[in-house]
Amino acid sequence: MNSFWAVTVATLAKDIRLEWRSKDALNSMLFFSLLVVVIFSFSFDPLAEESRHIVGGLIWVAFLFAAVVALNQTWARELRSQVLDAYRVSPAPANALFVAKALGNFIFVSILEALMTPLFVIFYNLRVLGPAWQLIPIAALGTWALVVNGTFFAAMSLRTRNREIMLPLLLFPISIPAVLGMVAGTTAVLTGDNPAHFYIVLLLTYDVVFTTACLALFGTILHAE
Amino acid sequence: MKRAFPILAALSLMFLAYASYQALVVAPTDALQGEVYRIIYYHVPSAWTAFLLFFINFIASVQYLAEAKPSTRSAARWVAIGVGVVGAVAAFVVPLPAGVRPSAIATTALAIPAFYFFIGRYFPAEKLDVLAVTAAEVGVVFCTIVLVTGPIWARPIWGIWWAPGDIRLTSTLVLWLIYVSYLVLRRFSNSAQTQTLAAALAVFGALDVPLVYFSIWFFRTQHPQPVIGGGGSMDPRMLDVLLLSWMAFLFFAFLICWARYRLELMQRQVEEAAALESLMDDSTVSGKAVYGRTGS
Repeated sequence: MNSFWAVTVATLAKDIRLEWRSKDALNSMLFFSLLVVVIFSFSFDPLAEESRHIVGGLIWVAFLFAAVVALNQTWARELRSQVLDAYRVSPAPANALFVAKALGNFIFVSILEALMTPLFVIFYNLRVLGPAWQLIPIAALGTWALVVNGTFFAAMSLRTRNREIMLPLLLFPISIPAVLGMVAGTTAVLTGDNPAHFYIVLLLTYDVVFTTACLALFGTILHAE
Repeated sequence: MKRAFPILAALSLMFLAYASYQALVVAPTDALQGEVYRIIYYHVPSAWTAFLLFFINFIASVQYLAEAKPSTRSAARWVAIGVGVVGAVAAFVVPLPAGVRPSAIATTALAIPAFYFFIGRYFPAEKLDVLAVTAAEVGVVFCTIVLVTGPIWARPIWGIWWAPGDIRLTSTLVLWLIYVSYLVLRRFSNSAQTQTLAAALAVFGALDVPLVYFSIWFFRTQHPQPVIGGGGSMDPRMLDVLLLSWMAFLFFAFLICWARYRLELMQRQVEEAAALESLMDDSTVSGKAVYGRTGS
């Protein structure tokens, strides 16, 4: 178990250091989601009351699209100099690599969310009517739901032609229940109309089920010949 | 195949024609909906056939992944038995939402080990993936029929083409989307790992569908209650025609699956032969001999 976490921490630290130096993923995600916010605010010109009902959907669609930008770069960076092949032949546990990559993506997408959420508040004049603290578990569980499957499917789409297009095609259909949970949960908190507990439980279930599935199948995907 | 297929195709055509005659002429007209309801004889059998095929795809995919290692193979067998037993017992012990019969849940749970062992018995490891792709392709066709006939019926009866947020509509649509992405993955990846990747995606899809169902659980459904295993009721004459129609659809689906299965097998053998031939300079395996062996 110790070696598992050692590999995880080492890979995660390497990814964070790489990202810190290049800021490739973060910059492209930030600019991309900024564009989405601006385009949405032109397309819809809502009143404060309406915006509470639609912004849950807008914000998560923006994050979903932006996350794909980061997820696509997760494994592509390991293809240079055959790093992934080196991983494959090394005795390091495959799941340690997966957990490190998923945690890395979780951190990057969380930073994006922390930076973009204030912009949404400003552009749409938001004021939360429900218990605002519930947005934190919804965001954390929802982000994990996106990145855990996204990291897995990014590893899968590495083996295909046009891998950049393949990732959203695989990820979006599977993510529908999670997106529904995030959007409906966020809307429930923003409007204060109904409690968001059901959606938090839904996201938690989704996370547990798919994290287990990813860990069970990642070794097979990585070593598939 | 060469001799049996045309005969079975003609039989299937006659069977479908007879079922259509029963559905459009013999079956009584619905008291409330009038003639529009007759689309049920195409909609419901297609849905059952599509779900059955997706189920076969899921079982074949799990088996494909499990067969890779002897340790996972025996573990997967016990898991299949466990799921069947636990599901069948739980159906009668755990309180179910109104309108769901315990026997329906128990039958579904027991179908998992039954199909698992049936498929394992008749399909060796290298043919499981062929079965999976066949079931997925034909399943998508039938699921498309469901999604097209549904709105045609809904427009005059509900007054809308589509009820967003409805539990059955949404979960069928998501199922269709997942299997289309499955076919897209197979199309875009023609390396040796395609089979493993596709099998993994099928498992993810199968995990997703109950979650979709659960996620929209507390929205009320507009869709009529299921006629079998649910709370719905139906005139026995209508039910007979419905089951007859399903049999005709199943026969037809089986025939297409068989043809597609053979085609896929042949295609792989041809590809293998071509690969082998390109490896050998002086071709001891002549293309003609290999084609002749597989084409019978």
